Amino acid sequence: MSAAEELAPGAPLMEVRGLERRFVMGDEEVAVLKGVTFTINVGEYVAIIGPSGSGKSTLMYQIGCLDTPSEGTYHLAGYSVGALDDEELAALRNRFIGFVFQAFNLLPRTTAVDNVALPLRYAGVGIGERRRRARVALDRVGLGHRHDHTPDRLSGGERQRVAIARAIVTNPKLLLCDEPTGNLDQRVGAEIQALFEELNRDLGVTLVIVTHDPSLAKRARRNIKLVDGRVVHDGPALEGF
Amino acid sequence: MFEHVLSALLALNSNKLRAALTMLGVVIGVLAVTLLVGVGDGARKYLDTTLSSLGTNLLNVVPGRTETRGGFGPPPASGIARPLTMDDVRAIERQATLIRGVSPVVTGGGTVRYRTRQRDTMVLGVGPQFSDLRNMHVDLGEFVREEDLQARRRVAILGRRVVRELFGDESALGQPIRIAGGRYRVVGIMEEKGRSLGFDLDDLVFIPATTAMDQFGQTHLSQLLTAARSKDDTASATEEIEEVLARRRNGERVFTIQSQEDLLKTFGALTAAMTMMLLAIASVSLVVGGIGIMNIMLVSVRERTREIGVRRAVGATRGDVLWQFLLEAVVISTIGGAIGLGLGAAIVAVVTKYAPDVPLRLSGWIAAVAFGSSFVVGVISGVVPARRAAALDPVDALRYE
Repeated sequence: MSAAEELAPGAPLMEVRGLERRFVMGDEEVAVLKGVTFTINVGEYVAIIGPSGSGKSTLMYQIGCLDTPSEGTYHLAGYSVGALDDEELAALRNRFIGFVFQAFNLLPRTTAVDNVALPLRYAGVGIGERRRRARVALDRVGLGHRHDHTPDRLSGGERQRVAIARAIVTNPKLLLCDEPTGNLDQRVGAEIQALFEELNRDLGVTLVIVTHDPSLAKRARRNIKLVDGRVVHDGPALEGF
Repeated sequence: MFEHVLSALLALNSNKLRAALTMLGVVIGVLAVTLLVGVGDGARKYLDTTLSSLGTNLLNVVPGRTETRGGFGPPPASGIARPLTMDDVRAIERQATLIRGVSPVVTGGGTVRYRTRQRDTMVLGVGPQFSDLRNMHVDLGEFVREEDLQARRRVAILGRRVVRELFGDESALGQPIRIAGGRYRVVGIMEEKGRSLGFDLDDLVFIPATTAMDQFGQTHLSQLLTAARSKDDTASATEEIEEVLARRRNGERVFTIQSQEDLLKTFGALTAAMTMMLLAIASVSLVVGGIGIMNIMLVSVRERTREIGVRRAVGATRGDVLWQFLLEAVVISTIGGAIGLGLGAAIVAVVTKYAPDVPLRLSGWIAAVAFGSSFVVGVISGVVPARRAAALDPVDALRYE
């Protein structure tokens, strides 16, 4: 995978073309994504919005390489995701994507350092080096004093910071966030969003936030709105969608 | 691989109580294997050494035809039997070349009396070579001599226990005693032999075989004891004796030669069967332990579905997840196996120290089998949960509530 080195700021990172995703429900096939097309470039700050049932979660799993298209194509960093097998998809996720989830999804009874170090394990980094890099990432998200705490001893905001550290520890090109402030109160949510923006600005990581929270979406520089499996808006932030 | 073992250890460390309880099943299983098979193996060793201490390569001739191989054949037809006599002993002595010696044996019993003390005991009428053949030697005085046999002398050699009972601290050598009413003089005292297979080898009195026939009113010998010169000679020595005796009986083989080899083999097969049976019983507890692991692992996979989703999202392949759960089961199982083996070894050590008579042994092969089976149990009980974990779709796993 040498394509990554050519991914300069502004170069296309994600190219979605006529993407369809159908699920078999009983006897019939239901299309959740009905031909989605867009391109996101390196360093962009995008919110994918839409009401529930619009298909935005399905789209997130698609662009997160956790699922493959039924129809159409998706290229991430030049790789055609539909053509890759399980191992290649895992390697692609590991190398290019950092996930942040609504429910944090940290491993219980595992220290912040080891939680953050987890992706590096699958990148083949040795235990000493990955803990060292995990500490650097934790410092980066402002948790320099909480390295050896387990999730149950951290507040919601701190847990999400650990999750963000885990997402950036591999230096991914894409930070893919699914309702990242959904479980946080407004003040903490704003802090987390400020952290995302800081990482987007300082590290040049592409920031894609999937949300139905208008306050989160309106600060993004670009909004992609999905309704019933189709893109109905792709442009500057919408006011009060 | 190291990474997988490491994360298995981390996972176990994060839920110590559950890991310990799950391990317990395997600990008990391996402990059961170690101890039960140890008992079987110890019994085999005990029989081996005991039987060998009675003398080696022994051949025992008894009158009458029986199938020795079967062990429990029909009783010998007494009509065909022709008694064994001192002449048979002399003939074997002269003609057989592959034997270490031969001795007549006349079994009898009676009350042995010295002054006011008496004891009912077994009296064996034997020849001089009995001592070497059976590996039982005199400590003081002399054993039955050739001239005693020929002159039908009334001399007796006493076992240690008989000496203790009749004479206490007094010197027994040269003292007159009565055996079943007959007058005898003590000419020898046997060395201490202890018990063997529940039989007290010190509770015996030896007298010349000829004297014994007179004493017990018998015209023939009970048995004829001989031994092959070496283990390899056993079969040919048996044939040789058969020929000598058959020639003296018009070719009729109305006697039976039992070899110690056959006896050892029979006992060996018996103890091996017992060991296998104990192993089978112990395996049941190991299987139960394995089911315990599988159960916990299945619960664990379900409980950690989200974790599996997260691991997949950050770059774990299906293979990574499979190995993780498989090795978790194997690590639980082998740690349990090691603990069980350690406990077993400790118990064997304690028992051997404080109760040396108990035939309990821990040999290398038992340890290897016990530990190996804990590994196998881990693999078997881990495969199903691990495959289930690996088969999870990452999206479904992340959405799992």
